[in-house]
Amino acid sequence: MTTDTVGRFERSLVDLEVGVERASAADASERIDSMLDDPAVGVPLPFEDVAQPESVDTNPTGDDLAEARTGVTPATFAIATYGTVAIESRPDGDEPVSLYPDRHVAVVAASDVVDDIGAGFERLESAFAAGNSIVFATGRSATADMGSLVHGVHGPGSVDVLVLEDR
Amino acid sequence: MAERTQPPRSRDEKAAHIRHLLETEGEAVHAQSSSSNARRYDVYEETPTLEDRRSEARAIKEDAIDRLPSLIETVREAVEANGGTVYVADDAADANAYVADVVDHNSGGSNAKSDASATNVSATRANDAAPTVVKSKSMTTEEIDLNDALETAGVEVHETDLGEWVLQVADDTPSHIVGPAMHFTREEITELITERFDPDESVETAEELTRFARDYLGERIREADVGVTGANFVVAETGTMALVTNEGNARKCAVTPDTHVAIAGVEKLIPTVSDLEPFVDIIAKSATGQPISQYVTMLSPPTESPTLAFESDEPISSTRSTDESEEPNANPDRDFHLVLLDNGRMEMREDEQLRETLYCIRCGACSNSCSNFQAVGGHGFGGETYSGGIATGWEAGVHGQDSAAEFNDLCTGCTRCVDACPVKIDIPWINTVVRDRINRDEEPPAYDSLVDGLTPDAEGGGLNLGKRFFGNIATAARLSSATAPISNWIADTPPARALLERTLGIDRRRDLPTFQRESLVEWFEARGGIEASRRRANEAQERGGTADVEREAVLYADVYTNYVDTERGKAAVRTLETLGVPVRVPDLPESGRAPLSQGMVATADRQASRFYGAIAEDLDAGRDLVVVEPSDLAAFHREYERFLPEASFERVRDNSYEVCEYVYGLLENGADPSLLETGAEAAVGDGTAAGEPIAYHAHCQQRTLDLEGPTLAVLERCGYEPTTSSVECCGMAGSFGYKREYYELSMTVGDRLASEVESAETVVASGTSCGDQLESLLERSVPHPIELLAPRR
Ligand code: SF4
Repeated sequence: MTTDTVGRFERSLVDLEVGVERASAADASERIDSMLDDPAVGVPLPFEDVAQPESVDTNPTGDDLAEARTGVTPATFAIATYGTVAIESRPDGDEPVSLYPDRHVAVVAASDVVDDIGAGFERLESAFAAGNSIVFATGRSATADMGSLVHGVHGPGSVDVLVLEDR
Repeated sequence: MAERTQPPRSRDEKAAHIRHLLETEGEAVHAQSSSSNARRYDVYEETPTLEDRRSEARAIKEDAIDRLPSLIETVREAVEANGGTVYVADDAADANAYVADVVDHNSGGSNAKSDASATNVSATRANDAAPTVVKSKSMTTEEIDLNDALETAGVEVHETDLGEWVLQVADDTPSHIVGPAMHFTREEITELITERFDPDESVETAEELTRFARDYLGERIREADVGVTGANFVVAETGTMALVTNEGNARKCAVTPDTHVAIAGVEKLIPTVSDLEPFVDIIAKSATGQPISQYVTMLSPPTESPTLAFESDEPISSTRSTDESEEPNANPDRDFHLVLLDNGRMEMREDEQLRETLYCIRCGACSNSCSNFQAVGGHGFGGETYSGGIATGWEAGVHGQDSAAEFNDLCTGCTRCVDACPVKIDIPWINTVVRDRINRDEEPPAYDSLVDGLTPDAEGGGLNLGKRFFGNIATAARLSSATAPISNWIADTPPARALLERTLGIDRRRDLPTFQRESLVEWFEARGGIEASRRRANEAQERGGTADVEREAVLYADVYTNYVDTERGKAAVRTLETLGVPVRVPDLPESGRAPLSQGMVATADRQASRFYGAIAEDLDAGRDLVVVEPSDLAAFHREYERFLPEASFERVRDNSYEVCEYVYGLLENGADPSLLETGAEAAVGDGTAAGEPIAYHAHCQQRTLDLEGPTLAVLERCGYEPTTSSVECCGMAGSFGYKREYYELSMTVGDRLASEVESAETVVASGTSCGDQLESLLERSVPHPIELLAPRR
């Protein structure tokens, strides 16, 4: 891993027109809150001392999900060169929460940002061995089928990433 | 927006069909396929590991197809361990029946849903409504016509990929494996959606259209009983499938309904998770030129994601059944079925020539890099499902030879797809093989006896006359040259043109080659043969500035160089002598290129052996084989591998050179470029000062052989500043552009090349066809680069 992996991750995200911020655990909740369009849904964040902002509904019904404008999920890891976040299919609903609302806010620990796809696959192997499912999400949902490039088709049309610095 | 219909049969019908496609779909297809192709170049360029990735991907596929039967067993165990089901379907009917059955069981049919989801379903549609399926784009389901089968079984099917949805609304077929609705313009989509849905809001812009589709299809997805997807790759070891999309619909279809059916050809299996890496890394690059696609969804279904109930008070996370503290009527476990489709694939695996097709990852790069595809799109290529590039292999394998027949003709063998393919499939070879098989099945033509004596080849009697003529063009050229100029004069008279058009299909608008009375071989002998050439090369060496090598070259006088454009042959001889290399120009047998391009494999094979027999002594003596026509060099470097024993092939390949590549080697070895005819004097030598601007079109096969670079380097050293063309092919491609039914297509492709180079004062081209094509479009002379460089004497 190069020392500037997170920096490279940020540059990739900028190229993809994805918003990116770094924050400490102490500030995370507030930073997330500032990224939201209401109403927001989310899944509990598995990082110590980091909680979802109060405005995020972490126990949504299907309709809450369908109406939400923002979904907040953790990313299991991220791949710097591609600006990819890896979202797991977990019982908490990371998958639909990251997919349905028009805006996705992904929270990833700086220590989980890996350099390239090779390092990403090392993480995948153990995940798949455990029967898990993961999506590599890179930037915004897009289509060119309607005559020119449009974002936000079946997936989110805007994405923000929060990198938790102190872990 | 043309429907794919029965393949038109007569030349007139074919010509009309192609003209119609050029007019209706050509522009839209060109815009998209050529920009994907351009992006692919950029991203390939920026990927230093590209070649390793391609080799890795190829090796994985070779291995996987090799042990396919055991991988099927492995994946069955893995998917069952995860809680899903695997079904291997023999053919389309088998697969369709299985899916219909699954839908029936999961839509309140014989196996009603649990209360919670039943409530959910009834809330969104009437109880007696048809079961519904949402689908994510899948060519495999197109192959088996799943939608029709489900609809016949009373199931409502909704395509959710925007392109596929447009096709479904238009009742049209895909024109491209990745961008199925590539042939529609935005205006046409607007018209279609307005007509069909009469929406309240405007659907003019791409944004408005997308929003409308998103809302409409979002509802369909939420209320669907079953989600059907394809799978780009299936990892046998873990039962994990990878779905590659940009829109996000595959994942929505897979995880929103409780039941997910994935349908994949058996060839999609790869052994382990790590085998997935090169494919994930490369597929978007080759398909659309993106570094990676937006979503690479890797599911090991049934997934742990909660099932989604809409119009229900239950939080989604409570629907999971893994937690025993949940209510008893929580949604049932997710249901997952992997349908692995054979449909001819296991037989393809046994077929030495078609087997490679199974390595295909369906990225569509071969279509995007195909000039003819860019001009007419997939609907011009025929075939029941697959179109462009590798489609011949697929159609021959899954739908049979008839379905492959029409497309096959549009492959000119230019080989540009070979560089594009991420798994290094020799697509033109597959086309040649299938063309050969089709030839053998054709009815014997009426004019057979007319050419039999003229064109003794190794093919059976069933071969069509035009093919036989072009496949034996050397015989005709020899006769025409012997009788020139009378033969030229006769051939150009209206009655002769009409006869040629009727019997051989040669379009009368195309200029015919003018045969020279004196062939290159005769010219060479008349000026003293090898003895005189040695003397000239010696004199040049004594004067200095020549290459520091002791070489002797054999110039291969291909049909065209020998009988038609002898000037480029003479220029090659003079150039080499001036740089200190003596040249021989023997009367060598044909390379086999001409029959090869007609799919006459047996004839080409026989000619290759004959050629090798004739050149072996020169190679033994350490002489270099120098080739002017790139397509002949491509035969020596590529196809001879299929015809000759390995050692013989390697000898020919390693000792044959394209003429400018050879000159480049001489300059590298100390020859002085100023001995040649140079451009701007100040720029000669180091290429740093501004040279004389010229435009250069390299020839498709020459580029595939990586030989554009040496010609450019030579031109630069000789004081020129060449700009190169970006189009993949000139559109003429040997006999192709002569054929009446393809004349207009050939000219459309040629026009794109001409418009790139027309502003240049000097235009040079390496290939015969390219030169002919450009000369007729630009109405001026377009010489071979060697003619520009050769000393005038
Ligand atoms: S043959 Fe190669 S380039 Fe063509 S679709 Fe298949 S993988 Fe892609």
